[in-house]
Amino acid sequence: MNEWLVTALIVFPVAAALVVWLFPWSGQAAGSLALLAALVEVGIWINALTRFDFGGGLDLEQQREWFGDLGVSYHVGLYGWSLWLVGMSVVVLAASIAYAYWTGRENPRAYFGLMLFLTGAIVGVFSSQDLLVFYVFFEAMLIPLYVLVGVWGGPGRLGATITFVIYTMAGSLLMLAAIVAYGVQRGSFDFAEGGTSDNHWIFLGFVIAFAVKAPLFPLHGWLPDAYRESPAEVSAVLSGVVSKAAGFGFLAIAVRLFPEPANDLQPLVLGLATAGLVYGSILAFRAPDVRGVIAYSSLAQMSLITIGIFSLDDLGSTGAVLHMVNHGLVSAALFLLAGAVERRTATGEFARLGGMARGRPALATVLMATGIIALAVPGSSAFAGEFLILAGIFGDGWGWAVAGAIAIVLAAMYMLRLISGVLHREVGAAVPDEALDLRPAELAVIVPLVACLLALSAWPAAITEHLSF
Amino acid sequence: MDTPSVDWFAISPSLALLAAAGVALLGAVLVPRVAVREFGAVVCALGFAGAGVAAGLLYWKSPEATLEVAEAVSRDRFGALAQMVVAGAGLLAVGISYGQRTRRDHVGEYFALLAAAGSGMAFFVQATNLMTLFLGLEWFSICLYILCAIEIDRVSSLEAGLKYLVVGSFGSAVLLFGSALVYGATGELEFGAIASAIAEQDLVNDGLVLAGLAMLLAGLSFKASAAPFHMWTPDVYEGAPTPVTAFMSAATKAAALVLALRVLVTAFPAEEELWTVAVAVIACVSLAWGNIAALVQRNLKRMLAYSSVSHAGFMLIAVAANNELGAKALLYYLVPYSAASLGAFGVVAARERELGQRVTLDNIGGMGWERPVLGVAMWVFMLAFAGLPLTGGFVGKFYVFAAAYDAGWWWLVVAGVIATAISLYYYLAVIRSMYMRMPAELQLAPAGGSPPREALLSTTVVACMAVTVGSFFAVEPLIDLAEKAAAQLPF
Repeated sequence: MNEWLVTALIVFPVAAALVVWLFPWSGQAAGSLALLAALVEVGIWINALTRFDFGGGLDLEQQREWFGDLGVSYHVGLYGWSLWLVGMSVVVLAASIAYAYWTGRENPRAYFGLMLFLTGAIVGVFSSQDLLVFYVFFEAMLIPLYVLVGVWGGPGRLGATITFVIYTMAGSLLMLAAIVAYGVQRGSFDFAEGGTSDNHWIFLGFVIAFAVKAPLFPLHGWLPDAYRESPAEVSAVLSGVVSKAAGFGFLAIAVRLFPEPANDLQPLVLGLATAGLVYGSILAFRAPDVRGVIAYSSLAQMSLITIGIFSLDDLGSTGAVLHMVNHGLVSAALFLLAGAVERRTATGEFARLGGMARGRPALATVLMATGIIALAVPGSSAFAGEFLILAGIFGDGWGWAVAGAIAIVLAAMYMLRLISGVLHREVGAAVPDEALDLRPAELAVIVPLVACLLALSAWPAAITEHLSF
Repeated sequence: MDTPSVDWFAISPSLALLAAAGVALLGAVLVPRVAVREFGAVVCALGFAGAGVAAGLLYWKSPEATLEVAEAVSRDRFGALAQMVVAGAGLLAVGISYGQRTRRDHVGEYFALLAAAGSGMAFFVQATNLMTLFLGLEWFSICLYILCAIEIDRVSSLEAGLKYLVVGSFGSAVLLFGSALVYGATGELEFGAIASAIAEQDLVNDGLVLAGLAMLLAGLSFKASAAPFHMWTPDVYEGAPTPVTAFMSAATKAAALVLALRVLVTAFPAEEELWTVAVAVIACVSLAWGNIAALVQRNLKRMLAYSSVSHAGFMLIAVAANNELGAKALLYYLVPYSAASLGAFGVVAARERELGQRVTLDNIGGMGWERPVLGVAMWVFMLAFAGLPLTGGFVGKFYVFAAAYDAGWWWLVVAGVIATAISLYYYLAVIRSMYMRMPAELQLAPAGGSPPREALLSTTVVACMAVTVGSFFAVEPLIDLAEKAAAQLPF
């Protein structure tokens, strides 16, 4: 049973996607079916959580030969830390599917099927234990995203998808070359069996692919368009979940399989990440619209997570994992809120927004709560994550930690600007008086995400004490 | 002179198809006109199915490679596996051809020629001497020249036929001249004997042998449409009836590449320093030229033609690797590639019949939503061409890269990776047109009426999709087949 649990987590949503695609459901039926499947997926994950043994390393493992002559096998399993990433993903995906169900999308069968397929692919990324399996899921994730943005996105969607795909695939193909170079001669692509390598070029192939996906400065060119043009819930998935594939890659592949190159090139990665952290924060502060702020803050937060991982220190990695879960939930909630605001005002520009708090207590409360967690107020889970990351990096040089601390101050600035730009000041030109407060259905989608964040804030040890690397 | 003993079983795949061609030709005359299309299609399909079964038996019953019929054809698993690919491609091509509006008085000949072309290819991949090589090549080429020009009412079909005839004959002539030079230098026709003659008589640096080798390689590259010998490809692929294009892009390429590997490995092991580099260069040129030219195409058939040039490049990387892994990679790659290629041209054929005009990136706008099955299938084929996971195209590319890396050609891996990145742009352009742009937005005239429903064509396309995706999950059995076949080549 335990052996099949991870495979079930991957296959169940894909099977549900096929069911949604193949039968002539009505839009309502397709949406509810997809939501039900997403919730069952969360249930499967909780089941996996209860069965998980946090004492050892890899658990819930399954291995089957795929093509033996090159030593490739279907090998999946979870570490203590990747289990939490999977949990965050299935929760965010369920919320996104619920949000789309509430908003309504054209061609619902295609849409919900793709969302479910994406769920399966993402879980696959976080649970793969073989480089080729990892690559397969990593790419499989791109396929539904391409369509989700390209078909259901905003007016500039075609340009946004092309940039997104070309950036990502250029990175991925480098990774494919790196995988070939890593595995062909040692005859195994397995994380555990393959052993470590000291080849700097192969290491760089992986790092560039992940740096595009995260994204890290200066490979973030696709980010603003993709996050602005996607439907709100797809942006939530992109920034909340998909970017964490890079975090997984850094932690499980780049640092683990290439200890020596990771050590040698640590200053390079840290330098880029620090630059991205400060640059992203400043851009977020300057962004003219809600999504711009969240998008660039995502660049900054992923840089911070990368700093945590490349501190090459258990404390930093623990912080990075906690912060990945945090940021996934925070940015998903923020993007969904941005979607809710855009639905009411048809714009996301601060110049035409403002004053939405008056008469809309639910929106004000939820946005405030999420924003305050995002800016890492002491006592929040984001604070715990950032603190651990800074503590981890401090050992490598206090300069990195200072840069990180400055960026946290900047985070407070841009989040407060976001909150006040939407909620406070005088009523904006685009805000009609009849614009409703958050509806119960919207609350039912966003409040669980915020509740998860509050729970983590109260008890961050749930994750930090239950990690096995 | 003694009559050589003939192992009929060894050439049974060719014979099955030849018989089908004969019956179909008789049917064209004897069967009433209303039923001639059905009769021809069924006979042709039976011929390909029979050839496939015969090739399967041949594979099963030939654990040792032997030379048969006066050492003119080989009976081995390598050839048998290639015959299975050709037979499968032919079978699917019949499914695509059935609904084609070929004139009633030509349709019997059409299916007869299709079977005859398949027969020639089945013979060609078994060839082990320069004579049978040339015989097989002309056998299927002549059938294809006529097939390209069979829609005589269309100028572009005639043009395609003529172009293919002229350029193809030039290619054949080059190959024949090369064969003559090799024979002149070594005094041998059979591939193995050529290899030993080169070794024994110390002809490694002999000018005649080298010139002959180069010309052989060029001749085969013409047929495989590898750049810079591909000039005919876009015009012919565009002008020829779409089912014929589909068949050529899958089967001709498969046959030419498989035989190229066989000739190079069995006849010229002594020259391997030279030909591996030559093949690697041709591969790179094909990758570059095919992909860059495909970027600017609006016509879908031309785009797919250039894409097939670039795939010839990928498969030549496997040939250049010159190891068992490379042979395995080539044989594996052919399966998803052929299926995707046939399927993609099948979708083009469907759209062509619906609109009655050339299919371009513009007039497939919104097609994915109108015809969901074909749309999803086209998705899968484009992903397979681009080498993305969940299709066999990914595993094929992976094997090709692995083989090249194993042989020490790391820069070929890099070239392949760059080519793949470029190719994504135009493969995804097809998806973009089909799903992300609506006919209204593109201001197209409505196609009018409901599209003709062709159950057989849709079934064929779905079958192609099943093979493309299935080969991703069932890698092990396919690789196992390829491994046993590759083991019979003298690496």
